[in-house]
Amino acid sequence: MRTTIILKTASNYLLPVLLLFSIFILLRGHYLPGGGFVGGLIASIAFILHSFANGLKKTKDILLMHPGFLIPFGLSISFLSGLAPVALFDLPFMTGLWSHDPVAILGNIGSALFFDIGVYFVVVGVTLTIIFTISESA
Amino acid sequence: MEILLAIMIGVLYAAGIYMMLRRSLVKLIIGIILLGNGANLLIFFLGRITKGAPPIIPGDAKVFSEAFADPVPQALILTAIVISFGLQSFAIVLVKRAHTVVRTDDLDEMNATDEDS
Amino acid sequence: MLTAILTGFLFSIFLVFAGKFFKGKLSILSSLIPLGLFIYFFQFIIPVSNGEVIMRSYEWIPSFGVDLGFKLDGLSLLFTLLITGIGFLVFFYTSSYLKGHEYLDRFYGYLASFMGAMLGLVLSDNMITLFVFWELTSISSFFLIGFNNRSAASRKSAMTALGITGIGGLLLLAGALLLNNITGTYSISEMLSMSEAIRGNEYYIAVVLLIFGAAFTKSAQFPFHFWLPGAMKAPTPVSTYLHSATMVKAGVYLLMRFTPVLGGENFWNTSLMIIGGITMLYSAIHTIFRTDLKGILAYSTISALGILVFLTGLGTREAFLAAAVFIIVHALYKATLFLVTGIIDHQTHTRNVTKLAGLNKVMLPVGIAGILAAISSAGIPPTIGFVGKELTYEASLHSETLVILLMIAIVLTKIFLLYAGFVAGIKPFTGKLPEEHTNVKMPDFVLWTPPLLLALLGLVFGVAPFIIDSPIIKPVVEAMGADASEVHLALWHGFNMVFILSLITIGVGIALYFVVKPSEKLETAVARFESISPESILEKFNRIFVSISNFWTDFFQNGYLRNYISIIILFLVVLIGYIMFGNTRFVIDYHSLSRITVYEITATLILIAGIFYTVFTQSRLAAVVAMGVVGLAICLIFIFYSAPDLAMTQFSIDTLTVILFVLVLYKLPKYLKLSDYKTRLRDGILSSIFGLLIATLALQVIAEPVNKDIGNFYAQNAYLEAHGKNVVNVILVDFRGADTLIEISVLSIAAVGVFGLMKLRLKMADRKRYEDR
Repeated sequence: MRTTIILKTASNYLLPVLLLFSIFILLRGHYLPGGGFVGGLIASIAFILHSFANGLKKTKDILLMHPGFLIPFGLSISFLSGLAPVALFDLPFMTGLWSHDPVAILGNIGSALFFDIGVYFVVVGVTLTIIFTISESA
Repeated sequence: MEILLAIMIGVLYAAGIYMMLRRSLVKLIIGIILLGNGANLLIFFLGRITKGAPPIIPGDAKVFSEAFADPVPQALILTAIVISFGLQSFAIVLVKRAHTVVRTDDLDEMNATDEDS
Repeated sequence: MLTAILTGFLFSIFLVFAGKFFKGKLSILSSLIPLGLFIYFFQFIIPVSNGEVIMRSYEWIPSFGVDLGFKLDGLSLLFTLLITGIGFLVFFYTSSYLKGHEYLDRFYGYLASFMGAMLGLVLSDNMITLFVFWELTSISSFFLIGFNNRSAASRKSAMTALGITGIGGLLLLAGALLLNNITGTYSISEMLSMSEAIRGNEYYIAVVLLIFGAAFTKSAQFPFHFWLPGAMKAPTPVSTYLHSATMVKAGVYLLMRFTPVLGGENFWNTSLMIIGGITMLYSAIHTIFRTDLKGILAYSTISALGILVFLTGLGTREAFLAAAVFIIVHALYKATLFLVTGIIDHQTHTRNVTKLAGLNKVMLPVGIAGILAAISSAGIPPTIGFVGKELTYEASLHSETLVILLMIAIVLTKIFLLYAGFVAGIKPFTGKLPEEHTNVKMPDFVLWTPPLLLALLGLVFGVAPFIIDSPIIKPVVEAMGADASEVHLALWHGFNMVFILSLITIGVGIALYFVVKPSEKLETAVARFESISPESILEKFNRIFVSISNFWTDFFQNGYLRNYISIIILFLVVLIGYIMFGNTRFVIDYHSLSRITVYEITATLILIAGIFYTVFTQSRLAAVVAMGVVGLAICLIFIFYSAPDLAMTQFSIDTLTVILFVLVLYKLPKYLKLSDYKTRLRDGILSSIFGLLIATLALQVIAEPVNKDIGNFYAQNAYLEAHGKNVVNVILVDFRGADTLIEISVLSIAAVGVFGLMKLRLKMADRKRYEDR
């Protein structure tokens, strides 16, 4: 694919910035607009942009593994965060668990946050799998 | 403003259905996407629209003190948007696959579901 | 008690795994299960005859008032003893009858689950549980009738039986729901105390008709009788067990069970007497025209069921007594005759009665059993059959109305039944042994002991009827709601009217036996009337039904997607349009609407322009870009109306969709103009009307008051309960987290689907086939 040198250079810097931004969006989701869905989508867009500029292969090298593996990973995080109250405290499935003292920036850390992180990974995995698969065989 | 929104929803629905009635595969998918957008907007609209009051508890407060937009339709639509992306991508890939196999873009030529016909 | 009912099911599950091992010699051991159950239920005779009613209840679905409630009273006890007792003999008999059969384990599995279902049926005190077991008996009967599943006739009979009894089951369910509506309970015991209220209710007739429907189909009453002769395609042990001794009596059981609840009304009694009367006479006469032993027995069974329904309808204490005794009588002699028929079939390979004679020379014990059963069925002393017949006559004689008509009907029936019994039980064993059967061998003792035992029991009970009167018969009559303190069975009632009638019956019956010989000529003579029988009417109806549904399916499922969509949309337009124009006021309160600003007008214009461009452009790429614009305009709407989360998500997804399309689209052909102007105009009008309808509908809906309780609940508790301030996100990850979990699973499935679809390599053969087209 033919791309301009500007996009190529810019995307190398944009990728970490966008990823950081997506994590920021993910973590603040409980208090302000954002969350796992949007965060995951932004992260995927970051990777897709990178792949357009540098070719699919380089992006895959950065990812280290096939994005498809992120799906079961994220699903397990979400599921385990729902299972934690059952296993640890004998409470019903998906009962919220919360730390007593607020942490800086994030506020109270709870099982819902881990659930959202799981959603984040699933969304990244799903989107990248779809787009990569299609652009590979297109 | 409600009237404008209703018009938008109506146009989205009409366009979506019209595109779905065409024989071209690509148009079918565009129709589905338009219809999905229309449905999202309809749910949003039926939950009543509120200006400038997002359902986010302000600053130090623990509960809402003023009016706020209904969060339930928003949560519904948020999931619907993401799911419809999954649906669209699957449909697009299906179309592409069907096209490479059957070598036609015409839905009418794909109507045979059985081996014999 | 629950364990006792479940034993049958557990055994059949066990057979699924251990069947192979069982198929050998051990099959005879399986009869220990019904024997054990028989002993278990036998010990209840003493408490039950003392007037005790044993209740057991286990919770099942308490929120709907459905529990596993079981009740063992006299009526249930009689049936449980029949089910397990005859079950034991049938299990025992089968081990030799089907020795070495390929699917012997399967057969035992069906039989055992039937036994469990039947026990559950007669013990249930809850209408819903009763219904479940009722259907289970129909299903196991279906499998047993179709046991020879390689024969088309067998499969067809099984379908007919399932169809008829299945309809009955649905009627029973409807009756149960209606009764629940009236009484507020599903418990039959509780309904007993509300009998007055039920009988006074305006839906009484409907309830009775539904219960009748269930009982008549199950017990093969006219005009639903025809499935039973067909069911004789099943192996003989099944005919013995299900289609004469137990399952077909479930309908009679249901009527008896509900006599104290619904009975006593004129409608109840008259209908039962009419239907029972027609059935008993019609099928008793029918026996003359049959030459197949099992056919004769099938029709005489239907006739006996008719007698039972008739007696239940008479509704007097004497009638109930006669019915209770006749159930035992019939079970004993009919099971014997079926088992004997099975032996004859097994040894001589024919059931054609015209070809059978003199078999007592080769199988004496079987002959004794057959002759004893025939005598009992004829009501000749000193068998229990005589006691039963006397009681029946007495009950009919003491009827309040139409005594003469009833007497003629019942005596005629009994005469023909005597004939049938003689043909089935005596004819094959008397006279000269035909040459073709001279080398017939004596059957295995496993085969001949069960019928002989049953036949001897009939004799013992006849000589000493007091053995069963107070332990078994009395509680049955009590359970049917009649006073039973003066019940005493005796063989000899004195020389009276009833005895004279008995003599007439026996005399005429025996004369008939000697005059009318079963022949194929008679059978073909009556076959001409088949075309107006209920069975062929049903078949015709089925054929028409199938062809209509074929036409219907072809008409709608024509394979063109746009036709489906058009029909659905057209239907919606007509339906919603009709309702809306009939009922709505079309008022828009302009004061309640929010103000229109220039930003909103701009967004609307962008959106509409984008849509029109998407629809009418000739370039695919332009359409995709325009669609992206539409998405962004919607994004603006979300921003205006306080939905930042939605705006962010819509924006990202919109970007991704465009990328996706562009990636794929390059590989797809250009737009083709496939439809002509007319089609496009038609579709345009249809979709415009639909859009208009949706818009109007939306405006009408927001004119109504809204309930925001759910949203308020989430908003008020978002921080207090879930420590989050973005309510939308809190709903997604906390309040409705399980939904989100499912949603991301669905997304994952979509991704896997896409991956699989793109990476899939068609097999060469498939690809070639498509390329050839």
